[in-house]
Parts: sequence; structure tokens; C-alpha cells
Amino acid sequence: MFAYMLRRLVGAVLVMLAVSTLVFFMIRLVPGDPIAVMLADAGSEEAREAMIRRLGLDQPLIVQFGKWFWGMLHGDLGASIYGSNQPVSAILMEALPRTMSLAFLSFVIAMIIAVPAGIISATRKNTGADTAVSLFAFLGLSMPDFWLAIMLIIIFAANLQWLPAIGYEPLSAGFWPWLSHLILPSIAIGTGFSAIIARMIRSSMLEVLQADYMRTAASKGLTQRVMLLRHALPNALIPVVTVIGIAFALLISGAVVVENVFAIKGLGRVLIQGIQNRDYPVVQGAVLLVSAFFVLSNLAVDLLYAVIDPRIRYS
Amino acid sequence: MEALMRIEGVSVHFPVRKGLLQRQVAAVRAVENVTLELRKGEALGLVGESGCGKTTLARTVLRLVEPTEGAIWFDGQNITDLKGKGLAPYRRRVAAIFQDPFSSLNPRMTSGQILTEVLKVHKYPGDVTARVQELLSLCGLAPRFADLFPHEMSGGQRQRVGIARALALDPEIIVCDEAVSALDVSIQAQIINLLEELRTKFGLTYLFIGHDLSVVRHLCDRVAVMYLGRVMETADSEEIFANPRHPYTRALIDAIPTPDPEGERGREHVALGGEIPSPLNPPSGCVFHTRCPLAMERCRQEVPVLERLTRDHAAACFALDAEA
Repeated sequence: MFAYMLRRLVGAVLVMLAVSTLVFFMIRLVPGDPIAVMLADAGSEEAREAMIRRLGLDQPLIVQFGKWFWGMLHGDLGASIYGSNQPVSAILMEALPRTMSLAFLSFVIAMIIAVPAGIISATRKNTGADTAVSLFAFLGLSMPDFWLAIMLIIIFAANLQWLPAIGYEPLSAGFWPWLSHLILPSIAIGTGFSAIIARMIRSSMLEVLQADYMRTAASKGLTQRVMLLRHALPNALIPVVTVIGIAFALLISGAVVVENVFAIKGLGRVLIQGIQNRDYPVVQGAVLLVSAFFVLSNLAVDLLYAVIDPRIRYS
Repeated sequence: MEALMRIEGVSVHFPVRKGLLQRQVAAVRAVENVTLELRKGEALGLVGESGCGKTTLARTVLRLVEPTEGAIWFDGQNITDLKGKGLAPYRRRVAAIFQDPFSSLNPRMTSGQILTEVLKVHKYPGDVTARVQELLSLCGLAPRFADLFPHEMSGGQRQRVGIARALALDPEIIVCDEAVSALDVSIQAQIINLLEELRTKFGLTYLFIGHDLSVVRHLCDRVAVMYLGRVMETADSEEIFANPRHPYTRALIDAIPTPDPEGERGREHVALGGEIPSPLNPPSGCVFHTRCPLAMERCRQEVPVLERLTRDHAAACFALDAEA
């Protein structure tokens, strides 16, 4: 188990190195450069030259990469080259809790919807309830999350005025302020996610309910409830966990778009602003963080297998 | 011997639904008007081809499948009327061993958990842990097996866990649904010996479903032969193998290979032609007439009933009337 984790962690580091290298070069392939964005058409040729030198953009690409890479290995992600010159790590640290809160709450909401919906549609296959869940899943999957976000704002923030439309409050400002700002964006992100998971739980449950050991459970005289929750669900969740791991990327990409609709300064907004400004160090840092998040969540899912399925052993 | 359980005119039809409104368009007649008696302390073998309804009948007895018609009497009670909590005492007294010892055990539970669960659900009055150990040792498993998951055991060991689970609540009847069919032949012998041993020790009654006639002959006192949902013949085990009366039983017994190549060469096989007809649309009259070497006009029109030939031998065939 320990050796396995070590191997996986080494793999994770390699993946992140590869991702950061790719991103470093790819962002520089995007037409336009930070100087043009910052000075617009106002700056003189001298000012331009000076700025290029100050930012080290006159050096050969490979040297720039080497410097950035060396810094990264020492935990220094550089500083934003735009405006405030804030260190990238500080920008990311400010944005991370917002995106994490959002992803976490979206996940919770998705599960609250998906697990009962999946179980109901599997146990009442081909009934009205099943059709309703299928319809919900179909709608949930086909609605773009930014559109759903706008609809939610119109209904619950603008018209009913139940919840704030935009912004973010840290948890330190109180639980309700934190939660109230996150409910609408989390629903916007979580709906599509829950649709995928509900369908997955349904098909996986249907398979498990047919299994011989469910017949055995019935012959033991277990109640319907115990059969479903103790025998069927844990077995049905094994393939679902795989999908959850993969769909986690969906949560993050959903967060990128939805954060912009709700004006939450999370990772997504940092990333988009960084790209718009050609703020190379910020984009590099943010992508590195997202990829770390992704690689680690996949590792967590793989380790979770061993917990939920005793047939899986890592060595 | 007194009857412990009486299956009376039981039919099981599975509806076939089609279309948007899920209207019933047909029914699979898996079990049709079966009447059988299970006597105290005996092992009754239920044999027949795949799809003849023997497993459905077993599941009906276990109340895993609802009968369309008929009654099952056990201890003065029609158990097909029992519902919900009322079924619990019945489930304690009638246990099951299933065919595939791998898929019929929950892969996420150790054998200890599997046994503990059944004891706890029925509120076993004694020490549950001690009982688990006792059950394992009864079935020839060392105490350490309590901590093993099904995938860590061999097929034979898994089936021993299945048997231990069936024994857990001191049942009176154990329904063995193809309990050894999925096992290697050498393991089959061990499990059969175990089943025999337990039967003597606890005075169990077995309803043994199988398609391997040699196994049934070895283990069972009485045999019922099923074909397309109906019982064709019942008799004492020795009697039915020595003197099969129904043409279907004859064909089945005739198909048993013998371990003697010389004898086998000279033996004449009356192989049944054709396939078993669909239970969706069973033949009129005697369901066996499409494949029967003795079929007469009457067989196509009338359904023969199980008629007693001797005290313990009954068969459903018109050709036997003609003989007599």
C-alpha cells in the first residue's frame, strides 16, 4: 500500500512537471503579448523595450523556461507581470478556498440529488418516478451551466431576492454568508454533475439488484431497506466512484465558467483574467494548481477503491 | 412419514409486457399446477432439463417468487399468504443454498459478516461470535475463514460458507438450488458428503434441485421429474432409476453415461429429438407430446394427471394407462 502510494505520488509529480512545461510553451503560442495588453497603443518604443527587459522577455525562451522552472522547484511561482506585481502564490492562495468551497458544495449538492434519484429510478424501473429522473438527467445534462447560472440569478436573486446574486464571503465571515453566496453557483455546477451520477447509479444499481447475492439477501429475510442500503448500494457505488473521479474535472471546468457569471474571484476567474492579460506566470501557476488538484483527486479515488471494494488490493 | 410441506396446485406465470403502456401480451408458464409433498427428514430431488421450472419452483417455496396460483402449506399455514414481518419465522425455518457460490455471496462482506448478519436479522438469542465459529467448524472451515472475503476463498470453501449461512438459524428445511452444479466434480463430492452428514446430524429435510441425475440418485430418497413446468413422475429414488415409467424419465435416465466403455458401446440410447418447447406457448395436451416416442392422439388433446402406480410411484402419462 505504502509503496503503491509512493509510486503514484512520483507519477503525480511527473504529470505535473509535464503539464507545467506544456503550459509554459503553449501560453506563449497565444498571439499577442503582455506588453501590448499593458501599454495598449499608448507606450513609446523605448518604454516597450524597457518593459520587455524588465520582465526578462528578451531572453531566449529556453532561458526563461529554465528560470521559471528552477523557481517553481523552489516553491517560487514568480509574480504577476500585470498591474500590482503580486506574487502568483498569493493570488492563488486567495482564490483557492473560493474554488474549493464551490467545488465541495457542488459535489455535496450533486450527491444529495443523485444518490436518491439513482436509487429510486433503479428500484422503480419503468415507472413514473424513473421517467421523471430520466427527464431530469436529460435536462440537467443538456442545460449549459452558465445558462442555468443566469436563470438561477434571475429567479432566486433578482426576482425572489432570497439569495445574493454575486460575490463571495469567506467562511470566517460566518457560515450563512459563506453558504448563501455559494448556493446558486453550486446548484449551477452540481446539476449537470448530478445528472451524470444519477444515471450511473441507476444502471449500476440495476445490475447489482439482479445479482445472485441480492437473492441470497432476500432469502435471509432482510428488509427492503437493509437490502438496498447495505447490500446493493455499496456494491453499486464501485463503478460510480470511477465516474466521479473523472467527472471531477467537470466540476473544475464548470467552476471556471460559473465563477465568472457570479463574479467570484476563484481559480477560474484568475485563470481567465490571466489568459486575457497574457499574464504568463499567473496562468502557469493556476494551471499547475488545477492539475495538482486533478491528479490528487484521481489518486484519492484510486485509493478509495481499496476501501469500498475489498477485492482490490494495492501492492 | 408425515408431510412437512405440501405444495398444492402451484403455478407461476411471468407476464411478458410490451409497448408504451406495458400491457401484458403473454405469460411465461414457468410452473404449471404442481403438487408435491415434502416429507419430514427426507431429501426430495427435483430434476429436469434447464428451463423446466425447477428453480422457479424452488424460489417460490423460498418466497422469492410469487406464485400465480396455488398454496404452499407448511406447519398448518399457507405460506404464500405471509407478508413482510410475518415471513420472518418462515425464513428461519426454511433456508436456501444457491447455485453459484461466488455470485451468491456479497463480495464486500467477509464470511464472518455474512453469517453474523443473518443471525442478527433474526435476533439470534445466543452468542453470535461463538455461533459463527460453530457454524464454520460444522462446515469444515477453520476459524480464520471468518475474516476472509468470498474472493479469497475457493469455490468449495465459498459453498461451505453458503451452507453455514443456511444452517445458521437451525432450519427444518433447506432448499438446495443446484447447490453443487457450479463446483468441480471433486469438490462436488465433498459438498455432497457434507450435506449428507449435516442432514443426519440435524434431521434436516432437503428439497434438492439438480440436473445431474447421479448426484440426485446418491443424495435423495425421492425424486420428482419436471418437464416444462409440470411434474411428470415421482417415485422413490431407487425405484425411479430401476423402473422409470414416464417416457421422459426414461429418456433422462437413458442419457446418464456409464463409466463402463464396453457396456456403453452396446447400450442403445433413445435420444430425445428436438428442443424443449417454449414455456411462452406450451404444447396442448401433454406438454411432452411433441418429443414423446409414445405420443398418441389423446396426448395432444388432454392433459394427463399424476396417477399413482404403486404406493410411492406416480406418473402423468396416458401411455401407462394403455399398458395397464
